[in-house]
Order: sequence, then structure tokens, then C-alpha cells
Amino acid sequence: MKQFLAFVRKEFYHVLRDRRTLLILFGMPIAQILIFGFALTNEVKDSEILVVDYAKDNASWELLTKIGSSRYFNIRQAALSHQEILSTFRQGKIKAVVVFPEGFNEDLLHHNKAQVQLIADATDVNTANMITNYLSSIILDYQNQVNANLQMPYRITPEVRMLYNPQLKGAHGFVPGVMALVLMLVSVMMTAISIVREKETGTMEILLVSPFKPVLVIFAKAFPYLALSLVNVTAILLLSVFVLDLPVKGSVPLLFAESTLFIITCLALGIFISIKTESQQIAMLISLMGMLLPTMMFSGFLFPIENMPVPLQVISNIVPSKWFYIIVKSIMIKGLGISMLWKETLILLGMTLFLLLISLKSFKIRLQ
Amino acid sequence: MMQDDKVIVCEKLTKRFGDFIATNEITFNVHKGEIFGFLGANGAGKTTAMRMLCGLSSPSSGKATIAGYDVYTQTELIKKNIGYMSQKFSLYENLTVRENIEFFGGIYGLSDERIKSKTDELLRVLGLKSEANKLVASLPLGWKQKLSFSVAVLHDPQIVFLDEPTGGVDPVTRRQFWDLIYEAADRGITVFVTTHYMDEAEYCNRISIMVDGRMEVLDTPTNLKHSFQARSMDEVFYQLARGAKRGD
Amino acid sequence: MEAVVVKNLTKTYGKEKTVAVDDVSFSVNKGELFGLIGPDGAGKSSIFRMLTTLLLPDGGSASVDGHDIVRDFRQIRSSVGYMPGKFSLYQDLTIEENLHFFATVFGTTIEENYHLIQDIYVQIEPFKNRRAGKLSGGMKQKLALCCALIHKPTTLFLDEPTTGVDPVSRKEFWEMLKRLKEQHITILVSTPYMDEASLCDRIALIQGGKILSIDTPQNIVNAYPDRLLAVRAHEMYRLLKALESYPAILSSYAFGEYAHATLADTDTEALQAYLRGQGLTGVEVKDADVTIEDSFIKLLH
Repeated sequence: MKQFLAFVRKEFYHVLRDRRTLLILFGMPIAQILIFGFALTNEVKDSEILVVDYAKDNASWELLTKIGSSRYFNIRQAALSHQEILSTFRQGKIKAVVVFPEGFNEDLLHHNKAQVQLIADATDVNTANMITNYLSSIILDYQNQVNANLQMPYRITPEVRMLYNPQLKGAHGFVPGVMALVLMLVSVMMTAISIVREKETGTMEILLVSPFKPVLVIFAKAFPYLALSLVNVTAILLLSVFVLDLPVKGSVPLLFAESTLFIITCLALGIFISIKTESQQIAMLISLMGMLLPTMMFSGFLFPIENMPVPLQVISNIVPSKWFYIIVKSIMIKGLGISMLWKETLILLGMTLFLLLISLKSFKIRLQ
Repeated sequence: MMQDDKVIVCEKLTKRFGDFIATNEITFNVHKGEIFGFLGANGAGKTTAMRMLCGLSSPSSGKATIAGYDVYTQTELIKKNIGYMSQKFSLYENLTVRENIEFFGGIYGLSDERIKSKTDELLRVLGLKSEANKLVASLPLGWKQKLSFSVAVLHDPQIVFLDEPTGGVDPVTRRQFWDLIYEAADRGITVFVTTHYMDEAEYCNRISIMVDGRMEVLDTPTNLKHSFQARSMDEVFYQLARGAKRGD
Repeated sequence: MEAVVVKNLTKTYGKEKTVAVDDVSFSVNKGELFGLIGPDGAGKSSIFRMLTTLLLPDGGSASVDGHDIVRDFRQIRSSVGYMPGKFSLYQDLTIEENLHFFATVFGTTIEENYHLIQDIYVQIEPFKNRRAGKLSGGMKQKLALCCALIHKPTTLFLDEPTTGVDPVSRKEFWEMLKRLKEQHITILVSTPYMDEASLCDRIALIQGGKILSIDTPQNIVNAYPDRLLAVRAHEMYRLLKALESYPAILSSYAFGEYAHATLADTDTEALQAYLRGQGLTGVEVKDADVTIEDSFIKLLH
């Protein structure tokens, strides 16, 4: 036990004395939260849209005011030909164009069937989708109003409501994602690198030629990173509550318990990488390419899994971060409890046990 | 010796890092075709001095010309006229023998024809013809050392700097290496060697020993042993460096 | 009493079965200072790693303090001290932290065995709060030795402890080893430097995984079969060329300021005359003191 503690203390010295490690450990989560929370939100705010109004009648004016009063859009009016619309798009200043054809009001009142053309810049598909969705819902809303005024007896109006995140705040989805990302980085990469470093410097040889049990060497090396990762989880949660104004809806202890489970998964992965590699660079490369990239791609944090081709959807199931992401999102945002999350938790637990088993199996008490 | 056959001329060459004087007013000359041993304990200022001589670092004060070029203003010309080999790095392990020779020939701006003829000549002299297309990584250490020396003098430099060239090889291989050095010196290439190993130092025509940034002695091995009443260069070095204050 | 017994030890690497250690046998007595002398790649590190239980042999057997290196690896691991080839301490930990860490890992304290390392430790103690990465080569080496000694090992394995260290530190290091011998610790040390051989009680000359000769340094030198000459002239390169062309030459090679040569006859006068005839000046021919290096070269031919 005394040996174990000496080991843990030594490991903390390593971390605290290396500025780069410290930066990755504590600078990165903060930077990530802030970057994702503020800079990279996928909210559509103050998008420039261009209106070409051939109708210039009552209805088009009303609808325009409605669009303009939304905080999502800034309206510029112009009378342009179709050609000119295209060239304006090319300049990249506007996100969408709304075209009202002649006789818009007429059509609406008498034919009960009016047309509005929405043209969006789809180079950024997400933004284009969102803008057209918003615009459509505003138009529907207006239609609803008009219909109500006309006292039409029966009309189906689709109602769009943003569930769980009514203000459409981007950071909501990002906090669980960043958490998965940071834990992956800290637990997998740092553990792998710190063990491989001992191989590189030759200290592993000395440790093996000592009465200290080799397996304990590995555990003693992983332990400090468990502690540090939990500190990171705390930091991310504090940031999200106090800086991004996103409270944790569900149980905080449950969130920590699930995080601990995920951290152990990552540590097992890190240990496995360290056993199979001989240099810090390779350990880092494998951690980045093999762990971080799948986390970004397949956890559902940047790209919705439902939109992926089926083979990729299947692959996403073996990425531990995906399950952790679902769990964290459910606890933080939906406020769900363990009774709703036991399935995901079990999957994660299974993965952890499997990874621990293979890393311990492949660990050798000798060189090579 | 004649005045004009000096290829390294140093006068009170000094390098300071803040308050720390790494190299303190060293003055010496090296003649064409000489094998010059540059010794010193860890931290004595060897590396700093050598960097200045190679044009990699600018002196704080003093004068020096290398191959006739000034170390302050003509560093690019210096680099063209010297070769460098260190035990730590000299060749690309994952390139073949031939590719390494061609690469370094290219770096020094040799023409394609000349690279080709030099490559063939080198492979023949070193007896590496059958290994030409093997990766350098697969060669024994002794061959690597011989090859990297040959590559360092590929462009017929006036001076070749060797940084601890022959550590860790067997005595026979090491002599084959020194044969190459003697041969290069015979062709008029000046050889400037740093080493920790005094038995290696004894192969040099003249030896200088640095202690705490100063050049304490400079003479032939025979004279040094005589004046320190020592049986070996090891003893000479020990007497000089024992009092050193600096470590690295 | 034998501390280390090695019998027909063999080690091969990789799919191509490159032989690193080829049927090596030797034994080391308790309290002996035993040197493995040979160039890089001779198999020294592989032998040390097998003896310290870090590698499994592919053939043969060995024991350390009576413990089998395969079966009883646990006992060996708690009783030997090992200093690997490269500096292997924690660069970002101070001298004191390193020592304390290794003492604890080996289940002991600095105080308990301080008498063993005192001699060496006092030299680096003034810097005990300095990080290991900032120490000079000689100081690093002393610290590494302290760390390898702190648990009072019965046998000490030092793999190339003097590589890359300046001559003053090397000399000091060998003096430390001599003093450790007085503590009845068996020491196995490897080195590529022939001049260190004479500081050992017994040495094994090793090349290409095979042992060329095992004996005391003096006996190895005495066993040199030929009359060895030291020849010098003002121009070494031309002297070597001239020697090679001399009809009665058996072997010749540079040796510091001299060339060493063996002849098929005993006529040194004729040799001198020949060399002068080749235009060499300052010619001198005398009997040479045979060194381990000469013996090694002889054994390689």
C-alpha cells in the first residue's frame, strides 16, 4: 500500500511539473467548453436574408414584418431579377432569399393557395436546413393567423416546438459531447503516454526488476488519471452551470457515477494502447486517430447518427463515447434517472469489463 | 607551417549566455590536413564552441575564420565548405544506402552526374555494393559510422567536424573507421574531432582540452603526456579536468 | 561460492531468429567485479536482461543467487539491483524524490540502507532538490547507482554505466565500484571500452553473441601469443600503408600515436630500414605493452 501511494504521489509530480500536460488537462476542457459554447454554436442568429417582393401587397408586407421581428433574421429588401439573386448568393453575404410572387395576397385570400419561394445557400447544409425550417414555421404561423381571422372551421397546422431546448441553445448538445471528448483525451491519451514514457526512458525496466507487482504498476499509473478526470468532469459541469447557464436537470451523483464508469473504460483503453506501443508519438497518434476521431464522428455529438448510412450506424454502436454521450445528455438535459438508462449503462459496463480483461491479458511481466 | 595553410583561425572567441560565459576567449589555429582533437568534460563549452565554428551560432566577441570565411558574416559559405557527422544523427535509417548518399549529395548541390559517380565510388570503396539497396537501419553500427563519415565528406569539404564519431564499436571496426579519417586527412581534408574517449584522442595530431570554458592546453599527445608526466591521455585529462567547476 | 551461473544461454530475436546471445556460459563468484567487454550489439544487454528476468532465454539456463531466472523470477527481482543502459530515472523528479521513490518501491527506506550509498550520495546531496534532468552526466550516473543500491541488492547489474560520461566521472565511477566490492556485493558490469577492462577482477570478451575469452585481465594479456611491436613515424597514414606492404607483416593497425604490428620474423632492424626506405621520417620501433584491446583484435582475427 505504501508502495502504491508512493507511486501515486510520483505520478502527480509528473503531471504538476509538466506545463504541457497541465495545459491539456485543465486548459483544454475550459477552452473546449468556451469554444463550443460560444463560438461554434449552430444557432441561427441574425442571419442576413434578402426579400424580393413582387407582390408588394398587404399579405406580403404582414408576413415580412413577422419574419423581420424574429430575432433570427435581418431583412434586406431588394428588387432583383432571378440572375441577380444568384450573383448575390455568390458573394456569400446572405443566407437565404424569400421571394413573394405577384398577387400573393390575392392567391391567399381567394384561391386559398399561395406560394412563397425560399432559396437557401446550402453550402452549409445544417444552417440552410435550419433557416428554411424557421422560415417555414414562421410562414405557417402567419397562415394560422390569417386562417383564424377568416374563421375557417378546420385546418391542420403543424406546430413546431423545440423539445428540451426551447431557446435552441447550441451549447446544450455540446456539453455532454465535450465531456466525452475531454475524458477520452485525458484518460486514454494521457494514461497511454505516461506508461509508454516509462518504457521509453527505461524506468519500466527498473520497475519490472523490483518486488513491486507489475500489474500494480499499471493500476498505480492509471489511478491519478481517474482522479484528474473527475476533477475535469466537475470543472465542465461548473462551467456549464455558471458560465453557459445550463443546469443539470437530473441527478448529479448519478452523473458522476456514470462518468467514473466511462473514465474506467477510457483508462482500460489507454492501458491497452500503452501495452501495444513502444513510443510516445505512436501512443499519441493511436489515441488521437483511434479514439478521439471516432468520438467526434460517432458519438452523435457533431453529426446525428440517424442521418448516417446504415453501416456507419452499426459501427457507432461499438464506440463507448456514443453511449456515454446518450447517458450524459439524458441526465443533464432530459433529467432522466437510472431506470431509463440501465440499458446504456449496462452496455458501457460490458465494454469496460471487456477492455479491462484484454488489457490485463495482454500485459506482460517481461520485456517484449 | 605556412601562414596560409590555416583553415581554422580563432582569436579570443567568446560566447556568453547572459552572465554565463560558455566559451571564454579561446585562441587556436588548425592547419590543413590536420587531425585536431577537441576535448573537454561535460559542460566545458565544447558544443558551444563547435556550433560557432560551424556557423550555427554567432559569437559574442572575438574573431574566427573557417576555411577563410568569417563566422559572423559568411556562415552560409562556411556551411558549404564543411562536413559534419555526429554519432547521434547522420543518416536516415529508413532510406537505403544509395538513397542516403544521393540525398546528401543533392543537399550539397552536387550535379546528378557527380552524385552518380560519387555513389558508385563510395559503394566500391566501402565494400557496400551488395548492400546498396538495403535500408541503413539494417546495417551494423560500424558500417553506419563508415558510411556517415563518407557522406560527410562527399562534397570534398575543407573541414569535417566529427562529434563523438566512434562510440561503441569493436576495435577492428574502429580502426577501419580511423583509416578513413587518415585517408581523408591525407587528401587535405582537415578533421576536427570531439570525443570523451582519450584513447580515441591519441589518434589525433594535436589535442586541445577545454576546462570551464577555457582552452587549457593545446599540443601533440606525446608532448602533453610528457609535460604532465602521465602515462596516458586519460591521466592528462584527469589532472586537468578534476578541478573543473562546471557540469552540464 | 558462485553468485551467477550461466549455462549455454541463447537468445534470438524476431522472425528471422537473429542470434543475439549464442550459447554463452560463465559464472561469477560472490563479491566479484565481473566485466562483460564488447562492442554495441555484442549481446551484453541481452545477457543482462535475461539475468534480471526481463527477457526469457530461448535456450540454456542461468541462476542468480541460486534462483533460476525463469522459475524464480520474483525472488531475483527483489534481491538484485539493475541499472539499464540508458539513464533511467525520472527526469522531472528531484534527486531526493527519485531516491525516495525507488526506496519505497523496493519496500525499504533511505535511512535503512544509507550506509551503502553514503559514499556516493554525499557527492550529490548538495543538489538533492535539483531535478534529475538538470544534472550532469556524472551526477546522473551517481544518482542511478544510488537508486540501484538503495535496497541492498546481493548482486548488481550495471549495463554500460560509463557510456557517454566524461573521463573524470568514469574514473570516479570505477572507484565507487571498487569500494562497493568491499561491501561484498557481486557486481556485473558491461562496457564497450577496452580500457575499463583492467579495472575488473575477471572479464569476458564478447562479440557477436559469443564469448571470445574469459579470464583475469592480466591473464588475457599474458596469453597474447606474438611479439607485439609499437611503431611510429611522423605521418601515420603513410606509416600504416607502408606497414601493410612490408613482406614479413602479420598484422598492423593504428594504436593511438603508434601503430601496433606483429611480424613473421624478429628482425626489427629490417623493418626500420624498410620504413625509412619508404620515405618515412621519425621512425621508431619498440616492444609494445600488450593491452586488452590488442588481445581483442587478435581474437577477432
